Amino acid sequence: MPEKPKIVYPYIPNSTPQARADLLDASGAASVEDFYAEIPANLRLQRPLNLPKALLAEAELSRHVNGLLAKNTSTQEALSFLGAGCWQHQVPAVCDEINSRGEFLTAYAGDPYEDHGRFQALFEYESMMGELLNMEVVNVPNYDGFQATATALRMAARVTGRGRVLVAATVSADKLSKIRDYLTPDIQVETLPYQPASGLLDLSALKQQISEQIAAVYFENPAYLGWIETGAAEIAALAHQAGALCVVGVDPISLGVINPPADYGGDIACGDIQPLGMHMNYGGGHGGFIASKDEPKIVMEYPSRLFGIAPTRVEGEYGFGDVAYERTSFALREEGKEWVGTAAALWGITAGVYLALMGPQGMQEIGLGIMQRTRYAMKKIARLPGVRLPFEDSPHFKEFVVNFEGAGKTVAEINRRLLEQNIFGGKDLSEEFPELGQSALYCVTEVHTQTDIDRLATALNEAIQ
Amino acid sequence: MSIQIGKKPIPRRFQQARWDEPVIFELSEAGQRGVLLPEVEAEVQEQAGDVLAALPDNLRRKTPPALPEMSQIHVLRHFDRLSQENLGVDLNIDIGQGTCTMKYSPKINDQLARSPKMSELHPLQDEATVQGMLEIMYRLEQMLKEISGMERFSLQPGAGSAAIYANVAMMRAYHAARGEAGKRDEVITTIFSHPSNAACAKTAGYKIITLYPNEDGYPDLEALKAAVSERTAALMITNPEDTGIYNPRIAEFVETVHGVGGLCSYDQANANGILGITRAREAGFDLCHFNLHKTFSTPHGCGGPGAGASGVTAALAPFLPKPTVEFDGQKYYLDFDRPQSVGKIRPWYGVAQNLLKAYAWIMSLGAEGLREVSEIAVLNNNYLLNQVLKIRGVSAPYARGKRRIEQVRYSWEQLSADTGVQSEEIGQRIVDFGMHYWTSHHPFVVPEPMTLEPTESYSKSDMDEYVATLKHIAEEAYSDPQMIHNAPYHSTIHHIEHECLDNPQEWAVTWRAYKRKMNQS
Repeated sequence: MPEKPKIVYPYIPNSTPQARADLLDASGAASVEDFYAEIPANLRLQRPLNLPKALLAEAELSRHVNGLLAKNTSTQEALSFLGAGCWQHQVPAVCDEINSRGEFLTAYAGDPYEDHGRFQALFEYESMMGELLNMEVVNVPNYDGFQATATALRMAARVTGRGRVLVAATVSADKLSKIRDYLTPDIQVETLPYQPASGLLDLSALKQQISEQIAAVYFENPAYLGWIETGAAEIAALAHQAGALCVVGVDPISLGVINPPADYGGDIACGDIQPLGMHMNYGGGHGGFIASKDEPKIVMEYPSRLFGIAPTRVEGEYGFGDVAYERTSFALREEGKEWVGTAAALWGITAGVYLALMGPQGMQEIGLGIMQRTRYAMKKIARLPGVRLPFEDSPHFKEFVVNFEGAGKTVAEINRRLLEQNIFGGKDLSEEFPELGQSALYCVTEVHTQTDIDRLATALNEAIQ
Repeated sequence: MSIQIGKKPIPRRFQQARWDEPVIFELSEAGQRGVLLPEVEAEVQEQAGDVLAALPDNLRRKTPPALPEMSQIHVLRHFDRLSQENLGVDLNIDIGQGTCTMKYSPKINDQLARSPKMSELHPLQDEATVQGMLEIMYRLEQMLKEISGMERFSLQPGAGSAAIYANVAMMRAYHAARGEAGKRDEVITTIFSHPSNAACAKTAGYKIITLYPNEDGYPDLEALKAAVSERTAALMITNPEDTGIYNPRIAEFVETVHGVGGLCSYDQANANGILGITRAREAGFDLCHFNLHKTFSTPHGCGGPGAGASGVTAALAPFLPKPTVEFDGQKYYLDFDRPQSVGKIRPWYGVAQNLLKAYAWIMSLGAEGLREVSEIAVLNNNYLLNQVLKIRGVSAPYARGKRRIEQVRYSWEQLSADTGVQSEEIGQRIVDFGMHYWTSHHPFVVPEPMTLEPTESYSKSDMDEYVATLKHIAEEAYSDPQMIHNAPYHSTIHHIEHECLDNPQEWAVTWRAYKRKMNQS
């Protein structure tokens, strides 16, 4: 049999035998082995890697990967009420159009000249988030809302020089896990209890736990479990009385109708931009934001990049660049603030596109619409026999807790029945919040119609029988 | 009149897009809408009642956020124009960003990841409805295990530095589990390893010891021996380092640290030249990490989302972030029952769409193709090295007479001494020819640095064009240095007066801050 010709890889221009020979010749090398001469023989892998057979043709690759993906059922093929930190919202087509452009998609860490576009787009993202949050400083996105929260708390500890933080016990178990890990070993995390009837933070407990050792009080608005923290201003005031910072986690999509933390005493706002134009991507659509007032003692504690505006030598031309770069680990290694690296810049650009498309009216309408649909869904489900909404009386945004104990069912049983009808029921909270018993967290957004919600109510009614 | 058109000159007569685009707020026109929202049904509104009335006064937003008001095409056009004022791998010969492995990100992989069967998955869906996604993650882990020799991987970290952090967290948990939490409080790294190795370990509470190279540019084994003690928690090191120099004594480094009970974590950000050649396992490492947006081709996205992968030996596996992805012979599932886990590094399970892209990329190449990637990346780099060294004023410090792996940190020290032109200014001049260029991480141990990494994605003529352009600029530095001091000329913008960015009275991170400070001044 004739020897198979060498594969010329489409992604590797110099994989032709001629190119390889020419380059070796020009490099004065007999073979590529010359370049690996420094690697000791005992560290060399003496066999080919044992990997699956290559799917060289695009058609083969496409068939294979799409074949795997075909085993998934997406939320477009079902009716989903899952949220809990990753939310199904409509992603405007222009968001995808912009973040698919090769100029943005395949760029990286270029300078403010050849990458003027990304600097301006990210400055605009910061600026639009600044309007949404009523803050003058917003970071270039870090990884996700978990990281944003953990870093905001570390920032607060550095600003105050204190080593303890109080965190609302209603944050998700996963976020609390991240916070605890990230604040180890020098910052202690204590949780603040909530009132069982309303879900609101227990202010009397806060008064007991707050002290001049506390760097920050952290709560979320809306809370992870969906209600709106109506005591927000009092919490902020109590934090300030003790000289602590008030750090608030917010869902940015709520801020067309709900005041941002800056308006009720929040010193640092943080959260996740996934709702602002990012597909859920099985949890891959997250980006974190941190925002504050423009006070140097806070600004200098950001680990993230902060893009600022600057003049150029030409009148009327906008230039951009890094504000106070010398705080970062890029500039100072371990002497910088925490660390900075590749995170979620493309999602920042995308969130900017989203906010520009939505405008002030869009943000108002989406916030109001979500609150109305949520309340409608709550009322509809609360009527079902044996079903109870433990925090029903508090105002809610987008998510709410449903308890099935009166129906004698577990959430797992309910969700199994719903799945039979191609409905993804709410997140099972029974392990995360054992005190809530057999409860689930349901999420309703602008993608849900009245018919969808009614269908859920009917399906739940059948499932609890 | 002849119709013959003359040859293209070198360097090319580039002109970057210059749309002179306003900041987006200046494009606002009252009443314009970019998207409309579904109307809330009358019955829903009626049943819900006045939901805003339930909010306390201090929580109800009375003035809507002052976002721009724009029609859809105006939003699109604005961001399209900004995108044209940006260079990515797709447009430029992106070999000037050494250490970042700016390789081609295949379009088919982006297309596959845009499938709603990927993009519209919620991470809490019943496992039965995400078997395909879990299988991709499981299979990717198996492949990374083989490529590194490690025994388990977590695909949860959001990118490279997050993976470094995850590795620090695991090492901390490992020592704590052995009752050595307080005792081992030092982490050793090298100056030519990425700054995040030092910075992540510091954030996690460690004292940092940084080793400088010996006079040949190799990490100094004697310095390491002097630094290790019973206080050593870990060595965190890159190999080849950011100079492109492979440390041949790496196994001795690892043994030295193991000898005092410390762990060794391998930053494999520079793995592109050694796939199938040498692995973390054979060198004795306990942990390693890959940047899937570097070596494994997922697009860099202007600085993320990337994807990181942390690999560990069996001894460290109990500490991996949770959940892991498992297969019971019938179905794939997420395993949360990991009592010694460090917990969550990020929400959910990783940047799933990029995990899919990395998986597809490896599948499109196989073992032979990965080896080809590395061999050509290294061949390209050594060809480039030869060509660059022919340029006046440039050198490649250290490791004289030795070959480099996949990148080189060059120095313009001579040129700078001769002409007063600094490396950063060369970076601002090369923009005029449609290219990007990067100096080095700080501090500049190599004076007037330039770091080039040609990967496998560039042809000989691409490299020749880059070198010809550098040569042109070097000659310009000697003949007309002012030309370089005043650059750029053909970029979107001209020289930035950046002093305000370090002055709290003048810096402005948002448009509202700019307007306030401008009015005050």
